Amino acid sequence: MLVPILKQGDYLIASIQSALTDTDLLSLRDDLVGQVGHYRSRGVIIDVTVLDVMDSFAVRMLSTLAQMITLRGAETVIVGIQPDVAFAMVQLGLTLGGVATALDLEEGLAYLNARAKKGKAGGR
Amino acid sequence: MGAERLIAIATDRDIVTAREEGRELASTLNFSPSDLTVIAVAISEVTRNILMYAGQGEVSLCLVDKGSRRGIAVVARDHGPGIENVALALEDGYSTSGGLGLGLPGARRLVDEFDIRSAPGNGTTVTLRKWER
Amino acid sequence: MAPRTSGEDVPRTTDVLSELVAHLRRHRAQLRQEWVRRITESRLLTSMTEQEIFAEATSVFDNYVEVLETGSVEALQAYARSLSERIIPRGVDTPEVVGIVLLLRDVLARSLFEKYQGDFGLLNRVLDTYEPAANRIATTVSVGFVQERERVIRQQQEAIRELSTPVLQVRERLLILPIIGVVDSERARQLTEQLLRGVRSNRAKVVVMDITGVPSVDATVANHFVQTVEAARLLGATVIVTGLSPEIAQTLVTIGVDLTKMNTVGDLQGGIEEAERVLGYKVLNVRDQTTAET
Repeated sequence: MLVPILKQGDYLIASIQSALTDTDLLSLRDDLVGQVGHYRSRGVIIDVTVLDVMDSFAVRMLSTLAQMITLRGAETVIVGIQPDVAFAMVQLGLTLGGVATALDLEEGLAYLNARAKKGKAGGR
Repeated sequence: MGAERLIAIATDRDIVTAREEGRELASTLNFSPSDLTVIAVAISEVTRNILMYAGQGEVSLCLVDKGSRRGIAVVARDHGPGIENVALALEDGYSTSGGLGLGLPGARRLVDEFDIRSAPGNGTTVTLRKWER
Repeated sequence: MAPRTSGEDVPRTTDVLSELVAHLRRHRAQLRQEWVRRITESRLLTSMTEQEIFAEATSVFDNYVEVLETGSVEALQAYARSLSERIIPRGVDTPEVVGIVLLLRDVLARSLFEKYQGDFGLLNRVLDTYEPAANRIATTVSVGFVQERERVIRQQQEAIRELSTPVLQVRERLLILPIIGVVDSERARQLTEQLLRGVRSNRAKVVVMDITGVPSVDATVANHFVQTVEAARLLGATVIVTGLSPEIAQTLVTIGVDLTKMNTVGDLQGGIEEAERVLGYKVLNVRDQTTAET
């Protein structure tokens, strides 16, 4: 596995370590979706801090990944998008609409925790 | 005008190579970090285009001059089937959930000069240029 | 003897060329001295000390003779660029650069006159070789200098633009970006970069972007603002736009922005209050506290 996926309680954290090819991205997606099912995770954090480029393929992959994970009953948060990368993305018209984003791992976890709490409260 | 860097495109790893070499070449000029990223993304898009529609091709990178401005020129060439309707390919039918996937309209937005030559059976050549500010 | 027409990169009579280059190298010290004397006499390079002038004169002289010898245009352009990069920060401007290069040309020409004065025919052949090369050097160096200056000026303009819009951290996780004055495409791009960097380095969750001081924006710039909001979201931050004039609101609507989707508040104060609310700084009233404790 090229991208280490760590389990932290109910969450899975995938930390991308280096530039990924299209094939690597697809493998990551399949790995994550499989593990979410296996561990019945509530949330997935994908840390893209290291990526200095996110092109249309990467964004599409993250979008479909989030959709697939939603189908498994979990939430996805993308964290660590670099300022320059974000700027290039929006100029390209890729806004990752419908996928939650946060500044970094800490914020990502805070987001998932807040959502979990809300979920619990809503269930009453 | 410096030497030309030629990168053969045959696998998806070559997309990464092409954009990293493009970024490195462009960084010898006065591009902002933001522009370097934009250049890398544009190269990624047109390079993937080669793979998806022709299976293989090449990307040429070189520095260019225009008066007091310097810039980078990227030429993505393939001898594949060619694009039937270039105008349609350049239309912004793009969406994050799939779309045409050609990446060309996006790449065009990112650069200063964009040129595409393609005809069925004749392959495709996309030329991009981005200038220092 | 009829003067030879020239126009090629490399002079045909390489013997004449190597002889004259050898001559210039042999008399390097005194020619350089003469040149510096003329520079000072003409009151050029006044912003530099005599030692500095001498140091630069040495490397310029050697490069000059080298380029005369090789005729390499690329080497010449590279040399012109590096020379410009060195002297522009010293405050040297275009007339000075043109002046000193021409003075060097004159000093070397005089030296050739002196050497070959006995044989007018030979002198002519020597000048046939020297003049086009020396003129090309003068032109390339001058043009190179001007281009480098234009580049520096553009960079300075960029820096000024950046300084003119500070990103202020007001509270933890909250940034304010007050924008005053005309915003063109360049400035809008720069603002976006500043805002995004600010979000990252300050770990901001909310940015209040106040455009009260912006008279108007065109569709391109309005689009940039929309992109800024979208890009900030990718960094996990919300942008609250305040001070939106009716005119600018109209432009946004015209380009198809759904204003209900954009977080806008009347004025800066209101924007800060909204930001604090988003950040959860609101003081809980008793009823809320009870609910939270349940």
